[in-house]
Amino acid sequence: MKHSHILLAHGSGGRLSQQLIEEMFVSSFDKHAVPRELNDGAVLALPPGKVVMSTDSFVISPLFFPGGDIGKLAVSGTVNDLVACGSRPLYLSTAFILEEGFSLDSLRRIVQSMADTARLAGVELVTGDTKVVEKGSVDQIFINTAGIGVVPDGVVYQPGRINAGDRVLVTGTIGDHGLTILAEREGFKFNTPVTSDCAPLHEIGQSLQPFGEKVHCMRDPTRGGLATVLNELAVQAGLGIQVEEERIPILDAVRSACNMLGMDPLYMANEGKMVIICEPGISEKVLSTLRSIDVSKNATDIGEVISQPAGMVLIKTALGIERILTALEGEHVPRIC
Amino acid sequence: MCLGVPGQIIEIQPDLGAVADIDGNQVTISVALLPEVEIGDYVLIHAGFAMEIIDLQLAIETKQLLQELQELNK
Amino acid sequence: MNSNVLQLMEQMKNEKINCSLMEVCGTHTMAIAKSGIRGILPDNIRLLTGPGCPVCVTSQADIDAAIELSCHPDVILVTFGDMMRVPGSKGSLQEARSQGADIRIVYSPLETLEIARENPRRQVVFLGIGFETTAPTVAATVQRADQLKLKNLSVYSVHKLVPPVLRAIFTDKTVQVDGLICPGHVSVVTGIYPFAELAVQFQKPMVITGFDPEDILQGIALLIGQLKSGEAKAELQYRRAVRPEGNPTARQLLTQVFEPVDALWRGLGAIPASGLNFNIHYRDYDARRRFQIEVGNETEIPGCSCGAVLSGKLEPDQCPLFGNACTPIQPVGPCMVSQEGACAATYRYQLLRR
Repeated sequence: MKHSHILLAHGSGGRLSQQLIEEMFVSSFDKHAVPRELNDGAVLALPPGKVVMSTDSFVISPLFFPGGDIGKLAVSGTVNDLVACGSRPLYLSTAFILEEGFSLDSLRRIVQSMADTARLAGVELVTGDTKVVEKGSVDQIFINTAGIGVVPDGVVYQPGRINAGDRVLVTGTIGDHGLTILAEREGFKFNTPVTSDCAPLHEIGQSLQPFGEKVHCMRDPTRGGLATVLNELAVQAGLGIQVEEERIPILDAVRSACNMLGMDPLYMANEGKMVIICEPGISEKVLSTLRSIDVSKNATDIGEVISQPAGMVLIKTALGIERILTALEGEHVPRIC
Repeated sequence: MCLGVPGQIIEIQPDLGAVADIDGNQVTISVALLPEVEIGDYVLIHAGFAMEIIDLQLAIETKQLLQELQELNK
Repeated sequence: MNSNVLQLMEQMKNEKINCSLMEVCGTHTMAIAKSGIRGILPDNIRLLTGPGCPVCVTSQADIDAAIELSCHPDVILVTFGDMMRVPGSKGSLQEARSQGADIRIVYSPLETLEIARENPRRQVVFLGIGFETTAPTVAATVQRADQLKLKNLSVYSVHKLVPPVLRAIFTDKTVQVDGLICPGHVSVVTGIYPFAELAVQFQKPMVITGFDPEDILQGIALLIGQLKSGEAKAELQYRRAVRPEGNPTARQLLTQVFEPVDALWRGLGAIPASGLNFNIHYRDYDARRRFQIEVGNETEIPGCSCGAVLSGKLEPDQCPLFGNACTPIQPVGPCMVSQEGACAATYRYQLLRR
């Protein structure tokens, strides 16, 4: 391609659009698959089982950060939502909204990253769309991905299946992605050894399938962090959750940076973690299974499901006292007080 | 009304600046309020400024108390 | 000291002494709520929240003025994150931003220098909140701006001082406070002397306390110790960070840049010489002067008792709006806004006890 930046013409459906699709998207996404004709949609074969569909849009800034980029995030995010529903992720669609003037080099990097992540996760990118809007209408690039997965027999992950007495597990350290993004933002600069945990978690889904119905629910603690997701689960299950502060795995660097900024790791985004709720009898086996996988090597039991107070999350502090852990209210911002 | 965290000075910069290490995070701060600070000092950091030098021995003693309290609660 | 304090802790659980201890500092309110210390204390030892929370005591009129400033197309309003959700009389900074005002959140006042440099044609106004800990950082920033000849930077100062408001609280005969948990980081700057003066004048024990759970427990234990022995002095618990003489460089900066002015404390009214604004040498940086701001009057919110809560006269659950019209999700007054503000903290703690 001759141009170095996206032009409005790249989105108009004409020759430049075709060129962009062929040379940028198809060549990256189709490398490992049987070449598909460029139709309006993809005709897919699905194995037997319930079909799960999920979608998410990605508008983050910065686009590139230690541990990943918006492309890796766009694929991992939807893959992980499909995994959390108990399905094996199979196919992804992707839609791009590009700002006029966006660098083609950046786009190439992002698309390559998406292809790499898709390959890793065993999903195919089968259809997509591209729009170009005038400068200033979007912030560089917005990506939407939608995904389809199929749920194997014996797997049902729903808040309704959660029971009092279930164990609450988290697959690794909390707050890494949120802190990484914070350190990259404009403004107060600091270098952190922490990198984003952005990753597809299909291996977690696969490894827990043999436990069947004894795993009750899964959710990924993205925006709003662990605290918000635990609150969602408590409300949806109509039960309470009690966790122990000392057991929640948090890197020292994350804890300290949050202390400095007046922020709380429990409200920071995670892009490569799962909260897993399972029967008490299998929790030890689940943990050892998780710990044998790289993305969940620091999996920990952090607490349990309780019957009362329903819809609330309690946290036992370092002093041994219980207090309420609320969901995020408003924006999570640095404070001085 | 004031969040402050300890960090260790690892570099002094021109114009009353410094770099502090906070558990691996390297943070550029101002030492305008504590110009006498030296590399190796532990300082209290608030709003991007070093506010005071922290006495490490006393810090360790206080941490020990928390551990004793935690044992008491178990 | 350690094993004595542990013994005191055990005794504290069975302590019959009836007392109300005020923790002055918003960061202490946070730390106490997060650690759950109230769960250790018996009901006869009450922890009251005091006025040392910039979020809570910035007047509505000042917030309204800041919001109005931010709506100028030429203005970039820069603030600490704490202030975003605090309601003025017609909404908050957060709401103003959602309607197009250019409002930016920073961790350090130094970030305003960069913002001013990058936007030479716009006016960058920093909302200066905070007490003796933060004011010197703003003073240092303004001095740097002066050195760099940044003409497009100014500060709307609502900085306040702690000793005058404590004096006002103790002078108010309707307030029952038996001892103070004094702000650890304000003391880093002021040193112990202003609190020693207050302890003698009003015969109240005071302990300058740190922010870890063990610091706060030690601080409370020392206060109870003084109450039992009838002493009334200022003690230093937070010895690892506070020098008794404070930080003279920081205080000098304050004197070079600011001067004490009368200030309006939300819910408490006007307190003489309790605020800071730019002195004659730095008045060019005063946003009030630069933009000729006239601050309006405080609007009374019927039923809102933040003032009484902030001065220890009422406990949060005694406010008529508490828990019904005023909750953390829809706060009416500032005490419910800050995640661990007095009312927000009590609200959650009470939910737990039920």
